[in-house]
Amino acid sequence: MNQFLQQVINGLSLGSIYALVALGYTMVYGIIKLINFAHGDIYMIGAYTAFFVTTYMGMSFLPALIVCMIVCGILGVLIERIAYKPLRKAPRITALITAIGVSYVIEYTTQFFMGTSVRTFPKLLPDTSWQLGPIRISYIQMVIFTVTIVLMVLLTFIIQKTKIGRAMRAVSADENAAKLMGISVDNTISFTFLIGSALAGAAGMLVGLYYNAASPLMGMVPGLKAFVAAVFGGIGSIPGALVGGLFIGVAETMVVAYGSSLYRDAIVYAILIIVLIVKPTGLFGSTEREKV
Amino acid sequence: MAKQMFTKTNMVWTVLVLVLFGIVTVLMQTGVINSYYESTIFTICINIILAVSLNLIVGICGQFSLGHAGFMAIGAYCAGIVTKMMPDYFGMFLGILVGFAISTIAALIVSIPTLRLRGDYLAIATLGFSEIIRICIQNMKITNGAAGLTGIPKLTTWPILFFCMVAAIIVCTNFVRSAPGRAAIAINDDEIAAEAMGINTTKYKVLAFVIGAILASLAGSLFANYFYVLNPNQFTFNKSIDILVMVVFGGMGSMSASVIAAIVIGILNMYLQQFTDLRMIIYGAALVLMMIFRPQGILGSWELSIERILKKWKLKKEAA
Repeated sequence: MNQFLQQVINGLSLGSIYALVALGYTMVYGIIKLINFAHGDIYMIGAYTAFFVTTYMGMSFLPALIVCMIVCGILGVLIERIAYKPLRKAPRITALITAIGVSYVIEYTTQFFMGTSVRTFPKLLPDTSWQLGPIRISYIQMVIFTVTIVLMVLLTFIIQKTKIGRAMRAVSADENAAKLMGISVDNTISFTFLIGSALAGAAGMLVGLYYNAASPLMGMVPGLKAFVAAVFGGIGSIPGALVGGLFIGVAETMVVAYGSSLYRDAIVYAILIIVLIVKPTGLFGSTEREKV
Repeated sequence: MAKQMFTKTNMVWTVLVLVLFGIVTVLMQTGVINSYYESTIFTICINIILAVSLNLIVGICGQFSLGHAGFMAIGAYCAGIVTKMMPDYFGMFLGILVGFAISTIAALIVSIPTLRLRGDYLAIATLGFSEIIRICIQNMKITNGAAGLTGIPKLTTWPILFFCMVAAIIVCTNFVRSAPGRAAIAINDDEIAAEAMGINTTKYKVLAFVIGAILASLAGSLFANYFYVLNPNQFTFNKSIDILVMVVFGGMGSMSASVIAAIVIGILNMYLQQFTDLRMIIYGAALVLMMIFRPQGILGSWELSIERILKKWKLKKEAA
C-alpha cells in the first residue's frame, strides 16, 4: 500500500508535466482546430533554454523558468505567424502536414547544432525530500506541483477574468461572430499560442530538471502523450487537460511499477484508442454538430 | 470485359512496362547497374508501393493516416519469420499471405472505430496504433525483440519486385476507377454531401484503408526478403512521414505523381545519405513551404495518361 501511494505521487508529478503540455494542445485545438505537432518540440526547446541559461549564465531556478517561458512563448508566436497563419482557411490535413513539417525543422535544427548527445543540468535545487507519513516527496516534485498549480491558477484567471481571455473564449466559440464583435482574431490566436507555448516551456524546464537530461528528440513522445491526455480530458477543455495529464502520468507510472517498463508507451496509445472507441469527445468535451 | 482489357491504351502501357523492365534487367545483368545502385532501385520500388498505397488512403479517400510504417512492419516481420522457417518461394508466398491476413485484421481494428470520427483523430489513432505494433514487436520472443531478425533468406528478386510494384499500381489506379473508388473520391470532396447521396461513408473509408494497409504489408514483405535484416527501429513514426512526404510532394490523389516523387526522393536520398540531419531539416522546411504555396503538390492531380497522348497524336496526324 505504501509503495502504491508512493507511485501515485510519482505519477502525479509526471502527470503535472503532461498536463502543462496538454493545455497548449487543447487551447490551440480549441481555437483553430489544429493538432500542433510542433508543440512537443517547443517543450524540448524549453529544456534546452533552461540548460543554456543555467549552465552558461548561471541563473537560478525562478529567473530561468521565466526566461524559458518567454523564449518558448515567442517561438510559439513566430511559428504561428510564419507557418500556420497563411493556412487559416486551408483544409485541416494541409495544416496538419505543415505542423509535422515545423516539428521536423525544429527537431533536426536542434540536432544539427547541438548533436545527439544528452545534456545534463547543473544542480539548481537541493536534494532534500520530505517524509509525509508513508510517502516521500522530493524537492523537485514539490517544485513541479507548486509551479503547475500556480500556472493553472494564473491561466484560469487570464481566461475567465481578463479581456483577452474573454476574446479567446469568444473566438473558439465562433470565429466569425467574434470578428463581428470587433475582436482581432489574429491577435487572439497569436496570444493563445503565446500562452500555450509558455506553459510548454515551463514543462520543458521542469522535465529537464526532473530527469536531468535534455536531448533533441525528447519532445516527440511526451508531446504525443500530452495530446492523448488532451483527448482523454476532452479536447478544447482546460480542466480536461489537467485531469487527462494527471491520469496519463499515473497510468504510465503504474505500468512501469507493476507491469513492464517496456510497455510504458504502449499503455498511453491503448488509452487513446479506447477513448476514441468509447467516448471520442473525452471526459469534459462537448459534442459538436457538423454543419453543411 | 475482354474487349475492355485489350484496348490500345492498355497495350501501349504493357509494352512500355515490359520495355522498362527489359532495359533495367539487361543493365543489371551486364553490370552497368552495380549492387549499390541496385539496392537504391529496390528501395525506390518498395517506396513506390508504399507511396501509391498511402495515396489511396490520403489522396483519394482524404483520410489522414500516420501509421503506414506499422502495416509495413507487420508484413516485414510475417515474411521474415515464415521464410526463416521455410526458405523457399512457397515460404515467401505464405509469408506474404500471413502478412495480408494480420494487416487486414489490424487495419479493421483501428479503422472501424476511428473512421467514424473526423480526419485528425484518425491521424493520431493510426500513429498510436503503429507505435503499439512496434512496441509489441520489440517485446515479443518470436520477433527476437529489439535485436531484430537477421539472416532472412534473400528471396526478393528483381522480376518479383517489379511485378509486385506494377500490380500494386494497377490495383490502386483501378480502385480509383471502380464504383467504391468513385465513392471514396466523393467522400474526399465532401463527406456530408456524399452521405446525403446515400454513400455508406464508413464502409468505403474502411475499404480504402484496408487496401492501403495490405499493399503496405506487401511492401514490407518484399523489403524483409531483400535486406535480410529487420529491427523494430526501422518502422518508427519517421518512416511513416517519409512515405507521407512522397505522397504530398508528388500530389495528393495522383498515382503517377506518387511514383515520380518516390523515384526523385529515392535518388535525392542516395546523394544526401551522409547528411541525415540536414536532409530532415530540408524535408521539414519543404513540407511547410509546399503546404503554404502549393498545397496540391508539385503535380497536383495530374495523371500520366497514355490515352490522352494517343488522342493528341491522332489529332496531329489528322491535321497533317
